[in-house]
Amino acid sequence: MNLKKIGRFIGQILLVEVIFMVPALIISCALKETNAMNAFVATIICTLSAAIALLAWAKDGKGGFYAKEGLVSVGLCWIVMSIFGCLPFYLSREIPRYIDAYFEIVSGFTTTGASILPEVESLSKGILYWRSFSHWLGGMGVLVFLLAMPSSDKAGEGYTMHILRAESPGPDVGKLVPRMKTTARILYGIYVAITVLNILFLLIGRIPLFDAVCTAMGTAGTGGFGIKNDSIAGYSPYVQNVCTVFMLLFGVNFACYYMLLLKNIKDVIWDEELRFYLGLVFASIVLIAWNIRGYYDTLEEVIRHSAFQVATIITTTGFATTDFDKWPSFSKAILLCLMLIGACAGSTGGGFKCGRALLHIKNMLRNIRAMIHPNKISAVRINNVPVGEKPLNNINTFMASYVGIVIISFLIISLDGFSTTTNLSAVIACFNNIGPGFDAVGPTCNYSAYGILSKLVLIIDMLAGRLEIFPILVLFSRSTWKHR
Amino acid sequence: MKIIVAGDGKVGQTLIRELSDEKYDLILIDTNPDVLASMVEKYDVLAVCGNCASMDVLEKAGVDSADLLIAVTSADEINMLCCMTAHGMNPDLHTIARIRNPEYLEQVYAMSDQFGLSMVFNPEKQAAVEIDRLIKFPGFLQRDTFAKGRVEIVEFRIGRDSKLCDIALNDMYAIIKCKVLVCAVVREGKALAPDGNFVLHEGDKIYVTASTDTLAALLKNLDIITHKARRVIICGGGKISYYLAEELVNSGVEVQIIEKDLEKCKRLAEQLPKACIVNGDASDQSLLESEGLAGCDALVTLTGMDELNMVISLYGNSQKIPQIITKIDRVGNSQILHDLPIGSTICPKELCSGNIVRYVRAIQNQKGAASTIHSIAGGQAEALEFIVDENTLHCNEPLKNLKIKKGVLIACINHGSRIEIPGGDSKFRVGDNLIVVTANGKVLYSINEIFE
Repeated sequence: MNLKKIGRFIGQILLVEVIFMVPALIISCALKETNAMNAFVATIICTLSAAIALLAWAKDGKGGFYAKEGLVSVGLCWIVMSIFGCLPFYLSREIPRYIDAYFEIVSGFTTTGASILPEVESLSKGILYWRSFSHWLGGMGVLVFLLAMPSSDKAGEGYTMHILRAESPGPDVGKLVPRMKTTARILYGIYVAITVLNILFLLIGRIPLFDAVCTAMGTAGTGGFGIKNDSIAGYSPYVQNVCTVFMLLFGVNFACYYMLLLKNIKDVIWDEELRFYLGLVFASIVLIAWNIRGYYDTLEEVIRHSAFQVATIITTTGFATTDFDKWPSFSKAILLCLMLIGACAGSTGGGFKCGRALLHIKNMLRNIRAMIHPNKISAVRINNVPVGEKPLNNINTFMASYVGIVIISFLIISLDGFSTTTNLSAVIACFNNIGPGFDAVGPTCNYSAYGILSKLVLIIDMLAGRLEIFPILVLFSRSTWKHR
Repeated sequence: MKIIVAGDGKVGQTLIRELSDEKYDLILIDTNPDVLASMVEKYDVLAVCGNCASMDVLEKAGVDSADLLIAVTSADEINMLCCMTAHGMNPDLHTIARIRNPEYLEQVYAMSDQFGLSMVFNPEKQAAVEIDRLIKFPGFLQRDTFAKGRVEIVEFRIGRDSKLCDIALNDMYAIIKCKVLVCAVVREGKALAPDGNFVLHEGDKIYVTASTDTLAALLKNLDIITHKARRVIICGGGKISYYLAEELVNSGVEVQIIEKDLEKCKRLAEQLPKACIVNGDASDQSLLESEGLAGCDALVTLTGMDELNMVISLYGNSQKIPQIITKIDRVGNSQILHDLPIGSTICPKELCSGNIVRYVRAIQNQKGAASTIHSIAGGQAEALEFIVDENTLHCNEPLKNLKIKKGVLIACINHGSRIEIPGGDSKFRVGDNLIVVTANGKVLYSINEIFE
């Protein structure tokens, strides 16, 4: 294990975090929020000194950086980043307990949107901004951001691939262009562009700039922290619809946007994952609208709420315009299924991923056919390209770890004595980075009632869900820490 | 610059390793997805799986926006077809193909326009030429030529009884009595940039810049044997052996080739009537002895197995053969090799990838690019040749006034045909050739990068 190289990496990430904390500090200064301002200044000093200490220690780091180091760096980076990222909440006393502050920032960075705050409107603006911004940063990934930065690192080191793979959601992560740096820049370019577009559309709906920026960042990262107690429900129907559309846009594989930029429209239209995703969205909206038709006055309202809830759940955002916990069971069941599937691979959304689900279904169908024709050899195809046995095997491993983690987490948090629905949906909502679950963790409630142990488990779930399980799992593996 | 490398074999991988250090956009094509996956893990490249000679795959690799295609699959025919197809799709593309079969060479040169080839190379032939040059000048472990063959950087090892052992560089000139420059020393595996007070020890490998004319004098004054090789034993009968034997026989050297495979022996015997072809196992010491190993002037081990080559060379060393040359395919510039007494090592894939990297740098930077590049000191230093033009800074200023980056040394200045080993008062003018040695691991793209 090359600890110094990893240390250097984490040091760099902390520097990036400091830079990103500055706008929040400026907002606090401008609005004369003394508490928040002091908290940010203290945090920046702490983080900066930690970063400099790490970089100084790791200065003479030599040696290789391989798959193991890549996985461990990614896992550790997110944990350390959150340790410092939650300090503004804690130091400003706006979230009095450290574990709660940590839960909140992990929920932010992992774009979960699960909150322990009963109400958010009393928070200072600087803190609110940092809370929403954590979504934006976590959405595309802070390490990918680091890759996009010009640095003195020697070019061509393959470890960058380990990082992109570990941090970007999806079963089969590839580069868009030969150079990793360019790929990272393209991804961030698209991300920034759609976010700005989102802000503009929200501003047309006559909401204040601050609200528009925070909401857009929550949407972009498919996070779901609102800055109002009733999330998006208080805004006009236009704003809600804008959110619906942009949530769905951020749930699409970013490679599709790149292909659109290259005017390769045909490949985008025929992309199987995109079709699967859009088909799923459309079918769910229709079914839920039909199911809840009696709950609202007008057809417009029925469709708007149905579409918004489907978008917010499938992209794992977690905004709310209505309390879907009061909907009939069939609608809730559909939402639960969507929670498990999640958005497209290569998007900012979480969950199992449409691409993986699609592969899994195809693999299952093939294996069933193989039972009838035992000697038949056939390949699973996505977009008419055969998928090798290795990715299929990986997906099975992923599926097993996924189910395993859900079961273990469910068992542990059940110790706190809430209802089965609450516990199961809390685990699923955190693990898939959605945010609100059902019952006592529904859209109008929060996670503050859980005990420390349960919160820790949910924090690990959120991190594991965001980082596609393995970077977090390897941290718990004994062989990772053994000397070779 | 966008470069497509077709074929992920030994040469392909070496090329990717060298080129990925230099910030090019690299795309790798191969038919084996597993090899590609491991390359993507190691280097910053984009991989495309498929047959590189098919239009579909080339399109997927983005041939229309590429600047250079290097075809290095194991089959000459595929390399040629690949370059032809790619050139048809993008006429501005530079193409380089590996052609190993000597039967094709003639048509490739004659019809290079039809094939769309900018350059062809033959690793075996290059290796043979390199070995031949070493044999012609025994005493040096490596020779790199610059300025159209007028200047060389040679490598030799300081032995216990060498005249230079425990001598400071300032006092060296009194012994060797000719104007040369020590541009790098490798001690215990580390390359050092020496100054005048540096004292040479036993076991050091030194790299000396000298004009080709002074080499003979250098060898003579150092009491290193200079008599021309008269009899050479070659172990292994592959393509390199064929090219090498042909070259040696033509210059009147007696050649014995030991090859295990009877069929290969028969073919070699047909092709090389003047050489002595022996059918037998080169690892058999009694066979080597009966073939007169003890009295030969040079032993060249060229079998297909690195381990076997090393073992035979070690045996040759124990028999006090004056010159030993070992072919190493796999480990190239490995540290272990430098400590073994196996004479000079030749790594064909690195030789040819060095040539290609030079070509790439030349098209990357048409003006001011290095015209010759050699990797010396076990890959820890690079010697580059630049041409001074109007854009070069500090023309006509004495070198002692210039601030040159740490680890960079101007090893030689060639004013037309006059060769100057530079001192503090030397100057360079427009049109001169400069040989620069750099040991700090940074790539130099133009001459101006050597100044602070």
